[in-house]
Amino acid sequence: MSFDKERFKSPYSFLFGSMNLRTKTLLIISLVGLILFAIVVNSLFINVDNITTNFSIKNSQPSLQHPFGTDWMGRDMFIRTMKGLGLSVIIGAMASILSTMIAIFLALSSTLGKYFDHCVSGVTNLFLSIPHILLIILISISLGGGIIGVVVGVSLTHWIPLTRVLRAEIKQINTSTYVKLSKNFGRTKWWIAKNHLLPLLIPQIVLGTILIFPHAIMHEASVTFLGFGLSPHEPAIGIILSESMKYLSNGAWWLAFFPGLSLLIIVLLFDLIGDNLQRLLDPTQANE
Amino acid sequence: MVELKANKIGFRYGGTKKWILKNLSISLKDNQVKGLIGESGGGKSTLCKILAGYEGNFEGELKIDKLNTNDSKFNQVQLIFQHPERTMNPKWKMKQSLDESWEVSDDILEKFGIKKSWLNRWPNELSGGELQRFSIIRALNPKTKFLIADEITTMLDAVTQVQIWKLLLSMAKERKIGILVVSHDKELVNEICDEVVYLDDINHDIKYNL
Repeated sequence: MSFDKERFKSPYSFLFGSMNLRTKTLLIISLVGLILFAIVVNSLFINVDNITTNFSIKNSQPSLQHPFGTDWMGRDMFIRTMKGLGLSVIIGAMASILSTMIAIFLALSSTLGKYFDHCVSGVTNLFLSIPHILLIILISISLGGGIIGVVVGVSLTHWIPLTRVLRAEIKQINTSTYVKLSKNFGRTKWWIAKNHLLPLLIPQIVLGTILIFPHAIMHEASVTFLGFGLSPHEPAIGIILSESMKYLSNGAWWLAFFPGLSLLIIVLLFDLIGDNLQRLLDPTQANE
Repeated sequence: MVELKANKIGFRYGGTKKWILKNLSISLKDNQVKGLIGESGGGKSTLCKILAGYEGNFEGELKIDKLNTNDSKFNQVQLIFQHPERTMNPKWKMKQSLDESWEVSDDILEKFGIKKSWLNRWPNELSGGELQRFSIIRALNPKTKFLIADEITTMLDAVTQVQIWKLLLSMAKERKIGILVVSHDKELVNEICDEVVYLDDINHDIKYNL
Protein backbone atom coordinates (compact mmCIF):
# COMPACT_ATOMS: atom_id res chain seq x y z
CA MET A 1 0.00 0.00 0.00
CA SER A 2 1.38 3.36 -0.91
CA PHE A 3 1.52 6.21 1.57
CA ASP A 4 -1.23 8.68 0.82
CA LYS A 5 0.63 11.95 1.12
CA GLU A 6 -2.38 14.15 0.35
CA ARG A 7 -4.30 12.78 3.30
CA PHE A 8 -1.65 13.65 5.84
CA LYS A 9 -1.05 17.13 4.53
CA SER A 10 -1.26 19.88 7.11
CA PRO A 11 -3.89 22.56 6.41
CA TYR A 12 -1.08 25.13 6.51
CA SER A 13 1.07 23.35 3.96
CA PHE A 14 0.53 26.15 1.44
CA LEU A 15 2.31 28.44 3.90
CA PHE A 16 5.35 26.42 4.83
CA GLY A 17 5.56 23.85 2.08
CA SER A 18 7.66 20.81 2.82
CA MET A 19 9.43 22.32 5.80
CA ASN A 20 10.57 20.13 8.67
CA LEU A 21 8.00 20.10 11.49
CA ARG A 22 10.55 21.27 14.02
CA THR A 23 11.67 24.18 11.87
CA LYS A 24 8.05 25.06 11.23
CA THR A 25 7.24 25.10 14.94
CA LEU A 26 10.30 27.22 15.69
CA LEU A 27 9.35 29.61 12.89
CA ILE A 28 5.81 30.04 14.23
CA ILE A 29 7.10 30.67 17.75
CA SER A 30 9.66 33.26 16.66
CA LEU A 31 7.21 35.02 14.31
CA VAL A 32 4.51 35.31 16.96
CA GLY A 33 7.10 36.30 19.55
CA LEU A 34 8.33 39.04 17.22
CA ILE A 35 4.81 40.39 16.73
CA LEU A 36 4.20 40.56 20.49
CA PHE A 37 7.60 42.14 21.08
CA ALA A 38 6.88 44.74 18.40
CA ILE A 39 3.55 45.60 20.05
CA VAL A 40 5.25 46.19 23.40
CA VAL A 41 8.11 48.26 21.95
CA ASN A 42 5.69 50.24 19.83
CA SER A 43 3.47 51.04 22.81
CA LEU A 44 6.46 52.29 24.81
CA PHE A 45 7.01 55.04 22.24
CA ILE A 46 3.40 56.18 22.28
CA ASN A 47 3.05 59.15 24.57
CA VAL A 48 -0.43 59.34 26.03
CA ASP A 49 -0.35 63.14 25.98
CA ASN A 50 0.17 63.07 22.24
CA ILE A 51 -3.17 61.37 21.64
CA THR A 52 -4.73 64.65 20.73
CA THR A 53 -8.37 65.41 21.22
CA ASN A 54 -9.92 66.79 18.07
CA PHE A 55 -13.61 67.47 18.36
CA SER A 56 -14.00 68.15 14.63
CA ILE A 57 -13.59 64.42 13.93
CA LYS A 58 -15.31 63.03 17.01
CA ASN A 59 -17.25 59.78 16.71
CA SER A 60 -16.05 59.16 13.15
CA GLN A 61 -16.36 55.68 11.70
CA PRO A 62 -13.32 53.56 10.82
CA SER A 63 -11.56 55.03 7.79
CA LEU A 64 -8.12 54.88 6.20
CA GLN A 65 -6.82 57.73 8.40
CA HIS A 66 -8.32 56.25 11.53
CA PRO A 67 -8.51 52.47 11.01
CA PHE A 68 -10.21 51.88 14.36
CA GLY A 69 -12.30 55.05 14.21
CA THR A 70 -12.29 57.86 16.78
CA ASP A 71 -14.03 58.27 20.11
CA TRP A 72 -16.31 60.97 21.50
CA MET A 73 -13.38 63.33 21.99
CA GLY A 74 -11.95 62.70 18.53
CA ARG A 75 -9.00 60.61 19.80
CA ASP A 76 -7.61 58.01 17.41
CA MET A 77 -8.74 54.60 18.68
CA PHE A 78 -5.96 52.72 16.86
CA ILE A 79 -3.24 54.47 18.83
CA ARG A 80 -5.16 54.09 22.10
CA THR A 81 -5.70 50.38 21.43
CA MET A 82 -2.03 49.81 20.63
CA LYS A 83 -1.01 51.57 23.84
CA GLY A 84 -3.53 49.47 25.77
CA LEU A 85 -2.30 46.21 24.24
CA GLY A 86 1.29 47.02 25.18
CA LEU A 87 0.17 47.70 28.74
CA SER A 88 -1.75 44.43 28.80
CA VAL A 89 1.27 42.42 27.63
CA ILE A 90 3.56 44.10 30.16
CA ILE A 91 1.13 43.46 33.04
CA GLY A 92 0.64 39.89 31.80
CA ALA A 93 4.40 39.36 31.74
CA MET A 94 4.88 40.69 35.27
CA ALA A 95 1.98 38.66 36.63
CA SER A 96 2.98 35.39 34.98
CA ILE A 97 6.62 35.68 36.03
CA LEU A 98 5.53 36.38 39.61
CA SER A 99 3.11 33.43 39.52
CA THR A 100 5.82 31.16 38.21
CA MET A 101 8.12 32.22 41.04
CA ILE A 102 5.40 31.46 43.59
CA ALA A 103 4.79 28.09 41.90
CA ILE A 104 8.47 27.12 41.93
CA PHE A 105 8.83 28.17 45.56
CA LEU A 106 5.77 26.20 46.68
CA ALA A 107 6.63 23.12 44.62
CA LEU A 108 10.16 23.05 46.03
CA SER A 109 8.98 23.54 49.61
CA SER A 110 6.55 20.63 49.21
CA THR A 111 9.57 18.34 48.89
CA LEU A 112 10.96 19.40 52.28
CA GLY A 113 8.77 16.98 54.21
CA LYS A 114 5.37 15.47 54.70
CA TYR A 115 4.10 18.40 56.74
CA PHE A 116 5.17 20.93 54.10
CA ASP A 117 3.60 18.81 51.40
CA HIS A 118 0.25 18.76 53.23
CA CYS A 119 0.45 22.53 53.68
CA VAL A 120 1.11 23.15 49.99
CA SER A 121 -1.69 20.88 48.78
CA GLY A 122 -4.03 22.43 51.35
CA VAL A 123 -3.28 25.97 50.17
CA THR A 124 -3.60 24.83 46.54
CA ASN A 125 -7.03 23.35 47.18
CA LEU A 126 -8.11 26.43 49.12
CA PHE A 127 -7.22 28.73 46.23
CA LEU A 128 -8.81 26.34 43.73
CA SER A 129 -12.10 26.56 45.58
CA ILE A 130 -12.41 30.36 45.30
CA PRO A 131 -13.39 31.85 41.92
CA HIS A 132 -10.43 33.65 40.34
CA ILE A 133 -12.16 36.86 39.48
CA LEU A 134 -13.55 37.30 43.01
CA LEU A 135 -10.14 36.82 44.58
CA ILE A 136 -8.45 39.18 42.12
CA ILE A 137 -11.05 41.88 42.86
CA LEU A 138 -10.61 41.46 46.63
CA ILE A 139 -6.81 41.55 46.48
CA SER A 140 -6.81 44.46 44.04
CA ILE A 141 -9.16 46.52 46.23
CA SER A 142 -7.23 45.79 49.39
CA LEU A 143 -4.03 46.96 47.71
CA GLY A 144 -5.68 50.13 46.47
CA GLY A 145 -6.02 49.12 42.81
CA GLY A 146 -3.69 50.39 40.10
CA ILE A 147 -1.01 48.37 38.38
CA ILE A 148 0.34 46.94 41.65
CA GLY A 149 -3.09 45.78 42.78
CA VAL A 150 -3.84 44.08 39.47
CA VAL A 151 -0.42 42.44 39.13
CA VAL A 152 -0.40 41.12 42.70
CA GLY A 153 -4.01 40.01 42.41
CA VAL A 154 -3.46 38.14 39.16
CA SER A 155 -0.18 36.55 40.23
CA LEU A 156 -1.58 35.41 43.58
CA THR A 157 -4.33 33.51 41.77
CA HIS A 158 -2.56 31.98 38.77
CA TRP A 159 0.18 29.85 40.32
CA ILE A 160 -2.08 26.88 41.01
CA PRO A 161 -1.87 24.72 37.85
CA LEU A 162 1.90 25.15 37.53
CA THR A 163 2.44 24.33 41.21
CA ARG A 164 0.51 21.10 40.84
CA VAL A 165 2.39 20.13 37.69
CA LEU A 166 5.80 20.89 39.23
CA ARG A 167 4.97 19.15 42.51
CA ALA A 168 3.88 16.00 40.70
CA GLU A 169 6.91 16.12 38.41
CA ILE A 170 9.37 16.55 41.30
CA LYS A 171 7.74 13.68 43.18
CA GLN A 172 7.99 11.43 40.16
CA ILE A 173 11.64 12.26 39.54
CA ASN A 174 12.59 11.94 43.20
CA THR A 175 11.17 8.43 43.46
CA SER A 176 12.70 7.28 40.18
CA THR A 177 15.37 4.60 40.18
CA TYR A 178 17.99 6.82 38.60
CA VAL A 179 17.78 9.36 41.41
CA LYS A 180 18.07 6.60 44.03
CA LEU A 181 21.02 5.19 42.15
CA SER A 182 22.59 8.64 42.09
CA LYS A 183 22.34 8.79 45.89
CA ASN A 184 23.99 5.36 46.06
CA PHE A 185 26.83 6.69 43.92
CA GLY A 186 27.42 9.20 46.70
CA ARG A 187 25.93 12.25 45.00
CA THR A 188 24.60 14.98 47.27
CA LYS A 189 21.03 16.29 47.30
CA TRP A 190 22.17 19.57 45.83
CA TRP A 191 24.00 17.79 43.00
CA ILE A 192 20.90 15.74 42.22
CA ALA A 193 18.66 18.82 42.26
CA LYS A 194 21.01 20.62 39.88
CA ASN A 195 21.71 17.78 37.47
CA HIS A 196 18.63 15.55 37.56
CA LEU A 197 15.73 17.76 38.65
CA LEU A 198 16.37 21.13 37.09
CA PRO A 199 16.95 20.04 33.46
CA LEU A 200 13.77 17.97 33.58
CA LEU A 201 11.76 20.82 35.12
CA ILE A 202 12.85 23.75 32.94
CA PRO A 203 10.57 22.84 30.00
CA GLN A 204 7.58 22.69 32.36
CA ILE A 205 8.51 26.02 33.94
CA VAL A 206 8.92 27.83 30.60
CA LEU A 207 5.72 26.34 29.24
CA GLY A 208 3.82 27.09 32.44
CA THR A 209 4.88 30.75 32.37
CA ILE A 210 3.71 31.19 28.79
CA LEU A 211 0.41 29.44 29.39
CA ILE A 212 -0.34 31.77 32.34
CA PHE A 213 0.02 34.79 30.01
CA PRO A 214 -3.35 34.64 28.22
CA HIS A 215 -5.22 34.10 31.49
CA ALA A 216 -3.38 36.95 33.16
CA ILE A 217 -4.17 39.34 30.29
CA MET A 218 -7.84 38.39 30.19
CA HIS A 219 -8.25 38.71 33.95
CA GLU A 220 -6.46 42.05 33.98
CA ALA A 221 -8.83 43.34 31.30
CA SER A 222 -11.95 42.01 32.99
CA VAL A 223 -11.07 43.35 36.44
CA THR A 224 -10.25 46.73 34.92
CA PHE A 225 -13.49 46.62 32.93
CA LEU A 226 -15.42 46.09 36.16
CA GLY A 227 -13.68 49.13 37.63
CA PHE A 228 -11.53 47.43 40.27
CA GLY A 229 -8.26 47.47 38.39
CA LEU A 230 -6.23 50.13 36.62
CA SER A 231 -7.11 53.78 37.10
CA PRO A 232 -9.38 55.36 34.45
CA HIS A 233 -6.73 57.66 32.96
CA GLU A 234 -4.63 54.65 31.93
CA PRO A 235 -5.40 53.64 28.30
CA ALA A 236 -5.89 49.97 29.18
CA ILE A 237 -8.11 47.73 27.09
CA GLY A 238 -10.44 47.19 30.04
CA ILE A 239 -10.88 50.96 30.47
CA ILE A 240 -11.46 51.47 26.74
CA LEU A 241 -14.11 48.75 26.73
CA SER A 242 -15.95 50.03 29.79
CA GLU A 243 -15.94 53.62 28.45
CA SER A 244 -17.29 52.44 25.11
CA MET A 245 -20.33 50.93 26.81
CA LYS A 246 -21.89 54.41 27.09
CA TYR A 247 -21.57 55.05 23.36
CA LEU A 248 -22.56 51.62 22.04
CA SER A 249 -26.25 52.54 22.06
CA ASN A 250 -25.43 55.56 19.88
CA GLY A 251 -24.18 53.16 17.23
CA ALA A 252 -20.45 53.63 17.89
CA TRP A 253 -19.75 49.88 17.57
CA TRP A 254 -16.12 50.38 16.58
CA LEU A 255 -15.23 51.66 20.05
CA ALA A 256 -15.72 48.18 21.52
CA PHE A 257 -15.28 45.94 18.50
CA PHE A 258 -11.69 46.70 17.47
CA PRO A 259 -10.07 46.90 20.94
CA GLY A 260 -11.90 43.72 21.96
CA LEU A 261 -10.86 41.92 18.79
CA SER A 262 -7.22 42.98 19.23
CA LEU A 263 -7.23 41.71 22.80
CA LEU A 264 -8.62 38.40 21.59
CA ILE A 265 -5.92 38.17 18.90
CA ILE A 266 -3.16 38.85 21.44
CA VAL A 267 -4.50 36.16 23.74
CA LEU A 268 -4.72 33.68 20.86
CA LEU A 269 -1.16 34.53 19.80
CA PHE A 270 0.11 33.65 23.27
CA ASP A 271 -1.88 30.45 23.14
CA LEU A 272 -0.29 29.67 19.78
CA ILE A 273 3.19 30.13 21.25
CA GLY A 274 2.28 27.90 24.19
CA ASP A 275 0.89 25.14 21.97
CA ASN A 276 3.88 25.13 19.66
CA LEU A 277 6.35 25.29 22.51
CA GLN A 278 4.66 22.29 24.08
CA ARG A 279 5.08 20.41 20.81
CA LEU A 280 8.73 21.31 20.75
CA LEU A 281 9.49 20.46 24.38
CA ASP A 282 7.30 17.39 24.69
CA PRO A 283 7.02 15.75 21.26
CA THR A 284 5.18 12.72 22.65
CA GLN A 285 2.13 14.86 23.33
CA ALA A 286 2.15 16.55 19.93
CA ASN A 287 -0.62 14.38 18.53
CA GLU A 288 -3.03 14.81 21.39
CA MET B 1 39.00 -9.64 54.01
CA VAL B 2 35.82 -7.63 53.90
CA GLU B 3 32.47 -9.13 54.61
CA LEU B 4 28.90 -8.05 54.09
CA LYS B 5 26.68 -9.48 56.79
CA ALA B 6 22.92 -9.29 57.11
CA ASN B 7 21.61 -10.54 60.44
CA LYS B 8 18.03 -11.55 61.15
CA ILE B 9 16.52 -9.32 58.51
CA GLY B 10 12.76 -8.87 58.72
CA PHE B 11 10.76 -6.84 56.24
CA ARG B 12 7.19 -6.02 55.31
CA TYR B 13 5.95 -3.34 52.99
CA GLY B 14 4.50 -0.28 54.69
CA GLY B 15 0.95 -0.73 55.85
CA THR B 16 0.74 -4.48 55.28
CA LYS B 17 0.88 -7.08 58.00
CA LYS B 18 2.38 -9.85 55.93
CA TRP B 19 6.07 -10.40 56.45
CA ILE B 20 8.02 -10.93 53.27
CA LEU B 21 11.36 -11.63 54.92
CA LYS B 22 11.73 -12.84 58.49
CA ASN B 23 14.80 -13.80 60.48
CA LEU B 24 16.86 -13.97 57.34
CA SER B 25 20.63 -14.05 57.59
CA ILE B 26 23.05 -13.99 54.69
CA SER B 27 26.68 -13.09 54.33
CA LEU B 28 28.93 -12.34 51.40
CA LYS B 29 32.72 -12.19 51.38
CA ASP B 30 34.72 -10.21 48.85
CA ASN B 31 36.22 -12.50 46.27
CA GLN B 32 33.18 -14.73 46.65
CA VAL B 33 30.53 -15.39 44.04
CA LYS B 34 27.38 -16.51 45.76
CA GLY B 35 24.19 -17.58 44.09
CA LEU B 36 20.72 -16.92 45.46
CA ILE B 37 17.83 -18.84 43.97
CA GLY B 38 14.22 -18.19 44.73
CA GLU B 39 10.74 -18.26 43.32
CA SER B 40 9.33 -15.15 41.74
CA GLY B 41 7.46 -13.11 44.33
CA GLY B 42 9.54 -14.68 47.06
CA GLY B 43 11.29 -11.49 48.08
CA LYS B 44 14.53 -11.76 46.12
CA SER B 45 14.43 -8.23 44.79
CA THR B 46 13.35 -6.88 48.17
CA LEU B 47 16.35 -8.52 49.78
CA CYS B 48 18.59 -7.01 47.09
CA LYS B 49 17.20 -3.54 47.79
CA ILE B 50 17.79 -3.96 51.53
CA LEU B 51 21.35 -5.15 51.01
CA ALA B 52 22.15 -2.22 48.72
CA GLY B 53 20.56 0.35 51.00
CA TYR B 54 17.53 1.24 48.88
CA GLU B 55 15.05 0.10 51.50
CA GLY B 56 15.57 1.59 54.95
CA ASN B 57 12.64 0.30 56.97
CA PHE B 58 13.72 -3.21 57.87
CA GLU B 59 14.37 -5.09 61.06
CA GLY B 60 17.67 -6.67 61.92
CA GLU B 61 21.08 -5.32 61.07
CA LEU B 62 23.25 -4.87 58.06
CA LYS B 63 26.99 -4.75 58.61
CA ILE B 64 29.82 -4.02 56.23
CA ASP B 65 33.42 -3.97 57.32
CA LYS B 66 34.64 -0.58 56.26
CA LEU B 67 38.06 -0.48 54.74
CA ASN B 68 40.01 2.48 53.43
CA THR B 69 37.05 4.50 52.24
CA ASN B 70 37.75 8.15 51.68
CA ASP B 71 34.31 8.88 50.33
CA SER B 72 31.91 7.78 53.01
CA LYS B 73 28.87 8.70 50.93
CA PHE B 74 29.55 6.23 48.17
CA ASN B 75 27.78 2.96 48.88
CA GLN B 76 30.21 0.06 48.69
CA VAL B 77 27.33 -2.27 47.92
CA GLN B 78 26.08 -1.59 44.44
CA LEU B 79 22.91 -3.03 43.01
CA ILE B 80 22.55 -3.81 39.32
CA PHE B 81 18.88 -3.71 38.42
CA GLN B 82 16.83 -6.05 36.31
CA HIS B 83 15.53 -3.17 34.18
CA PRO B 84 18.44 -0.95 33.12
CA GLU B 85 16.21 1.53 31.28
CA ARG B 86 14.84 2.75 34.63
CA THR B 87 18.30 3.43 35.98
CA MET B 88 19.18 6.04 33.33
CA ASN B 89 17.94 9.60 33.29
CA PRO B 90 16.00 9.73 29.98
CA LYS B 91 17.30 13.25 29.22
CA TRP B 92 20.97 12.35 29.69
CA LYS B 93 23.23 10.99 27.02
CA MET B 94 24.98 7.74 27.87
CA LYS B 95 28.31 9.50 28.42
CA GLN B 96 26.82 11.63 31.17
CA SER B 97 25.19 8.61 32.81
CA LEU B 98 28.53 6.79 32.87
CA ASP B 99 30.37 9.79 34.29
CA GLU B 100 27.88 10.03 37.12
CA SER B 101 29.58 6.99 38.65
CA TRP B 102 33.20 7.07 37.53
CA GLU B 103 35.43 7.87 34.57
CA VAL B 104 35.60 4.69 32.58
CA SER B 105 38.63 3.95 30.46
CA ASP B 106 38.22 3.10 26.80
CA ASP B 107 39.52 -0.45 27.07
CA ILE B 108 36.88 -1.41 29.61
CA LEU B 109 34.20 -0.05 27.29
CA GLU B 110 35.73 -2.06 24.49
CA LYS B 111 35.85 -5.19 26.60
CA PHE B 112 32.14 -4.93 27.28
CA GLY B 113 31.46 -4.45 23.60
CA ILE B 114 30.31 -0.85 23.86
CA LYS B 115 30.83 1.13 20.69
CA LYS B 116 32.09 4.68 21.00
CA SER B 117 29.12 6.02 19.07
CA TRP B 118 26.76 4.71 21.75
CA LEU B 119 28.14 7.25 24.21
CA ASN B 120 26.44 10.05 22.32
CA ARG B 121 23.06 8.37 22.21
CA TRP B 122 20.01 8.76 24.44
CA PRO B 123 18.96 5.81 26.60
CA ASN B 124 15.87 5.14 24.47
CA GLU B 125 18.05 4.66 21.41
CA LEU B 126 19.75 1.58 22.88
CA SER B 127 18.37 -1.89 23.47
CA GLY B 128 17.90 -3.40 26.93
CA GLY B 129 21.00 -5.56 26.56
CA GLU B 130 23.12 -2.61 25.45
CA LEU B 131 21.86 -0.51 28.35
CA GLN B 132 22.55 -3.32 30.81
CA ARG B 133 26.23 -3.26 29.85
CA PHE B 134 26.32 0.42 30.74
CA SER B 135 24.67 -0.17 34.10
CA ILE B 136 27.10 -3.00 34.88
CA ILE B 137 30.06 -0.74 34.11
CA ARG B 138 28.57 2.00 36.25
CA ALA B 139 28.31 -0.39 39.18
CA LEU B 140 31.95 -1.44 38.72
CA ASN B 141 33.18 1.77 40.30
CA PRO B 142 36.69 1.31 41.77
CA LYS B 143 35.19 1.91 45.22
CA THR B 144 32.63 -0.87 44.88
CA LYS B 145 33.23 -3.85 47.20
CA PHE B 146 30.07 -5.87 46.66
CA LEU B 147 27.79 -6.28 43.69
CA ILE B 148 24.22 -7.45 43.96
CA ALA B 149 23.22 -8.72 40.54
CA ASP B 150 19.44 -8.95 40.44
CA GLU B 151 18.54 -11.00 37.34
CA ILE B 152 20.87 -8.85 35.30
CA THR B 153 21.16 -11.02 32.22
CA THR B 154 17.61 -12.23 31.74
CA MET B 155 17.06 -10.00 28.73
CA LEU B 156 20.24 -11.06 26.96
CA ASP B 157 20.70 -13.91 24.50
CA ALA B 158 22.75 -16.91 25.60
CA VAL B 159 25.95 -15.90 23.80
CA THR B 160 25.98 -12.36 25.19
CA GLN B 161 25.03 -13.67 28.58
CA VAL B 162 28.15 -15.84 28.70
CA GLN B 163 30.32 -13.01 27.40
CA ILE B 164 29.04 -10.52 29.98
CA TRP B 165 29.36 -12.90 32.90
CA LYS B 166 32.89 -13.90 31.93
CA LEU B 167 33.93 -10.27 31.88
CA LEU B 168 32.15 -9.42 35.08
CA LEU B 169 33.65 -12.38 36.92
CA SER B 170 37.17 -11.66 35.74
CA MET B 171 36.90 -8.01 36.73
CA ALA B 172 35.44 -8.96 40.08
CA LYS B 173 38.34 -11.30 40.73
CA GLU B 174 40.84 -8.64 39.77
CA ARG B 175 39.30 -6.06 42.11
CA LYS B 176 38.27 -8.45 44.88
CA ILE B 177 34.60 -7.74 44.52
CA GLY B 178 32.06 -10.09 46.05
CA ILE B 179 29.06 -10.84 43.87
CA LEU B 180 25.62 -12.03 44.90
CA VAL B 181 24.00 -13.57 41.82
CA VAL B 182 20.25 -13.48 42.22
CA SER B 183 18.32 -15.48 39.69
CA HIS B 184 15.71 -18.15 39.09
CA ASP B 185 17.96 -19.71 36.44
CA LYS B 186 19.54 -22.64 38.30
CA GLU B 187 21.82 -23.62 35.43
CA LEU B 188 23.36 -20.17 35.23
CA VAL B 189 23.84 -19.92 38.98
CA ASN B 190 25.36 -23.40 39.25
CA GLU B 191 27.74 -22.56 36.44
CA ILE B 192 29.21 -19.35 37.80
CA CYS B 193 28.88 -19.46 41.59
CA ASP B 194 31.14 -20.93 44.26
CA GLU B 195 28.23 -21.40 46.58
CA VAL B 196 24.46 -21.51 46.07
CA VAL B 197 21.79 -20.75 48.65
CA TYR B 198 18.05 -21.07 48.26
CA LEU B 199 15.89 -18.23 49.51
CA ASP B 200 13.39 -20.69 50.94
CA ASP B 201 16.10 -22.22 53.10
CA ILE B 202 17.32 -18.98 54.63
CA ASN B 203 13.86 -17.45 54.82
CA HIS B 204 12.18 -20.55 56.24
CA ASP B 205 10.26 -18.67 58.91
CA ILE B 206 8.02 -17.40 56.15
CA LYS B 207 7.71 -20.72 54.42
CA TYR B 208 6.51 -22.54 57.50
CA ASN B 209 4.56 -19.53 58.78
CA LEU B 210 6.42 -19.36 62.05
